Amino acid sequence: MSTLTLYMQYIVNGLTLGAIYSLIALGYTMVYGILKFINFAHGDILMVGAFIGLLVYTALTGDAAPGAWTLSAFFIAMLVSMIACAILGMLIERIAYKPLRNANRLAPLLSAIGVSFILSNGAAWIFGTQSRRFPYPFENDPIHIGSITITPHQIVVIVVSVAMMLLLTFFVNRTRMGKAMRATSLDQSTSQLMGINVNRVISLTFAIGSALAAVGGILAAFDFRVYPSMGTMTGLKAFVAAVIGGIGNIQGAMIGGVLLGILEAVGAPLLHIPNGMKDTVAFAVLIIVLLVKPDGILGKNEREKV
Amino acid sequence: MRILETEHLTREFGGVIAVNDVDFHVEKGLVTGLIGPNGAGKTTLFNQITGVDKPTSGRIIFDGRDITGLPAWKISRLGIARTFQNIRLYKELTVVENVMMGLHFKVGSDPFRHRFQQAVKSYIFASRENREVYRRAMEWLSFFEMEEHAQDFAGSLPYGKQRELEIARALAAEPKLLFLDEPAAGMNPSETAHLMQVVAKIRQLGVTVVLIEHDMKLVMNICDSITVLNFGVKIAEGTPNEIKHDKGVIEAYLGREEEDE
Amino acid sequence: MLNFFQLILIYAGIYALMAIGQNCITGYTGMLSLCHAGFFCIGSYATAIMCKTFGLSFWLSLPVAAIATGLVGLLIGIPTLRLKGDYLCIATLGLGEIIRNIATNVNPVGYNSIPRASLFGYQFASRNKLAFIVLIWVFVLIFYILFQQLAHSRIGRAMIAVREDEVAAQSNGINVTKYKISSFVLGAAMGGIAGCMQTAYTLTVQPGSYTFMVSVMVLCTVVLGGMGNGKAVILGAFIIQFISYLPQLTGLTNVIPAQAKQMIYGLLLVVMMLWRPQGILGRDRFRYGDPRTRREKIAAFFRREGRNAEGGAV
Repeated sequence: MSTLTLYMQYIVNGLTLGAIYSLIALGYTMVYGILKFINFAHGDILMVGAFIGLLVYTALTGDAAPGAWTLSAFFIAMLVSMIACAILGMLIERIAYKPLRNANRLAPLLSAIGVSFILSNGAAWIFGTQSRRFPYPFENDPIHIGSITITPHQIVVIVVSVAMMLLLTFFVNRTRMGKAMRATSLDQSTSQLMGINVNRVISLTFAIGSALAAVGGILAAFDFRVYPSMGTMTGLKAFVAAVIGGIGNIQGAMIGGVLLGILEAVGAPLLHIPNGMKDTVAFAVLIIVLLVKPDGILGKNEREKV
Repeated sequence: MRILETEHLTREFGGVIAVNDVDFHVEKGLVTGLIGPNGAGKTTLFNQITGVDKPTSGRIIFDGRDITGLPAWKISRLGIARTFQNIRLYKELTVVENVMMGLHFKVGSDPFRHRFQQAVKSYIFASRENREVYRRAMEWLSFFEMEEHAQDFAGSLPYGKQRELEIARALAAEPKLLFLDEPAAGMNPSETAHLMQVVAKIRQLGVTVVLIEHDMKLVMNICDSITVLNFGVKIAEGTPNEIKHDKGVIEAYLGREEEDE
Repeated sequence: MLNFFQLILIYAGIYALMAIGQNCITGYTGMLSLCHAGFFCIGSYATAIMCKTFGLSFWLSLPVAAIATGLVGLLIGIPTLRLKGDYLCIATLGLGEIIRNIATNVNPVGYNSIPRASLFGYQFASRNKLAFIVLIWVFVLIFYILFQQLAHSRIGRAMIAVREDEVAAQSNGINVTKYKISSFVLGAAMGGIAGCMQTAYTLTVQPGSYTFMVSVMVLCTVVLGGMGNGKAVILGAFIIQFISYLPQLTGLTNVIPAQAKQMIYGLLLVVMMLWRPQGILGRDRFRYGDPRTRREKIAAFFRREGRNAEGGAV
């Protein structure tokens, strides 16, 4: 295999990974856009999403061989998980963040760290710390295109992610509620004066972000397996993706995710980084981006009004 | 003598020119007013001069020295102090602690000593230094007749007092030049009257004052010279009397025909 | 039972050392850093390497650990502390994970049978817990006093100004970046010192013991007691360790799941933020303007506190 095709292969793998990062990054970015706050528990919501998805899927299929039924069961599981996570996200916002909206700026962050800790350890308590495999709901025989190999699960990941992102773009740009959301992110108090129910918008933002995280969690489960602390590193990387794209910017999160996925897939072999240290790449990227262009690729220059 | 001069000062925010080629100057020892309609770029100009924000182009000369682009903390050490439009006190600290912060580089900072040596000295003799800082802070509070509030939290003071405390904190650094950003905003008439006395007292200390203000009565009363900005451009400067009768200024404030301000 | 109380005292001491550092960073300067586990790890490894590989004594490796950790803090602090607060929190979380990641990859087994610390011929053996309690709490006392002095000096005031309002602090001539970095480095160095003490006690170092939980525990310690209050932080360390050993103390190790204490920590963070964000003891009640000299204050302190004087409870 020539070096070129090898790297083509890495890029395909990176795209898959990046699509997942994008989905999760959207949740960070949407919440940041509106509340100017990093939802620390977002990574753990994706973990909960993956667990719920796995539970529903195994309950529905049992040991059934991959086929039409398992595939539809997979999508049912995804839908259930999305709804459950949306509710969870709204609940967390209502209980742990909403009362702190006017508190000092450290308070919601600390509260979010607390929530994150409760979720990940609660999951460890209920499900145990061992990691579980998410069975493929379809035959996962690799497909060869030229000398590049692509697996059906990669195709599913990319198709589902793109569909979700298109849906979100449509929602934000074309619907009344989406418009309200954009208005709220520009100026909360003015939006309130214009008759927008800001609390409802914020709840909805958490719901959508968490539902997307659930999808991201389930898709990530193919590659990373399902375990209680899976949210920490995946969440951190998705956050990096959101920063690369420009935090607060929806298109930015999508681009940032894909970019980080490719960087990670290509960077590690290119720089001969051992597999165990791969996470270091994402972190290095974060530091470099924050130093060179803290507003990200599409971020607008935000400054504190003096 | 000019204590401050800006040359072709310009600040752009992504295509919007907030300050456009402004030559602003301040005479030593006088009270200069900076007026203009909302969004004229007054605060932006303040922010450029005090280093809170960096100009896109142009130069700022303070006391014969080019201070363009220096960080805010260095500029304040050179002798420029300021207050903020939306009061920025340390609200959860006491009144006297706020003024003590203003004395940060007045006590315990010796430009001829190495910084590390200085820090060690400040650390070891903290108790003695604290007493000195406290004493001087209380002097400033008595200058503003606020001693009885010394141990109250800054955030609990009435609005007018908060504005005065911010001035006290700025003045504690013994600046050569003091910028006041809308000092009378939100004050009732008696508080405004008191503020006028305070500015007069500050002037007697030999501090040059520049103030942004919308209260025309106040501006016309206490300023020796006035500069008017509109849409980021300097449209007039002169004595209060000249400004009162300047056509361009009247137009900027009242609009041309049916536009109402 | 007594055994567990002794363990609580030892670990409360180690966590109090870390929390003093975290308090300097978060409580005084207002930066939310989440990598005390990383600093703890570096301190432990530095001590292990110094004592075992280079055969240095514990007393020499203590400053080495502190300086090494401080240097790492400096290296990380320079790029990240220029960022806004929220970014710092994620960047430091990442850093903590990376330090553990590197430690695990470079030396997955860690170090064992590290030489004991000794003082005037006396060997500090892990068996003799009482000696460790004294050793650790002497250090806590020393650093408590050092950091209280810092908090109530010109430097500490500048840090508090940075916490309260960065823009206002700059306009008061305070070099915000300098104070942020100094505070971060000092806080990091405390993590290193705590790591050194832990190594001296357990005489082993394993990469698995420096998880994110450690950082959260330290943060919890500070939040629980009260951010920006030296005494409160030490109270917090006791409470956190008490919670940590609750299953053993009550003899319910089989009933209470291992994750229960972590969940309690998480819950504590949320509950404290909702109902008492200033912590149990609240802000430091230090008031400037006390006309007494330091000697008079100390004399007054002992006159008042003379009745219930106890080495540990500062």
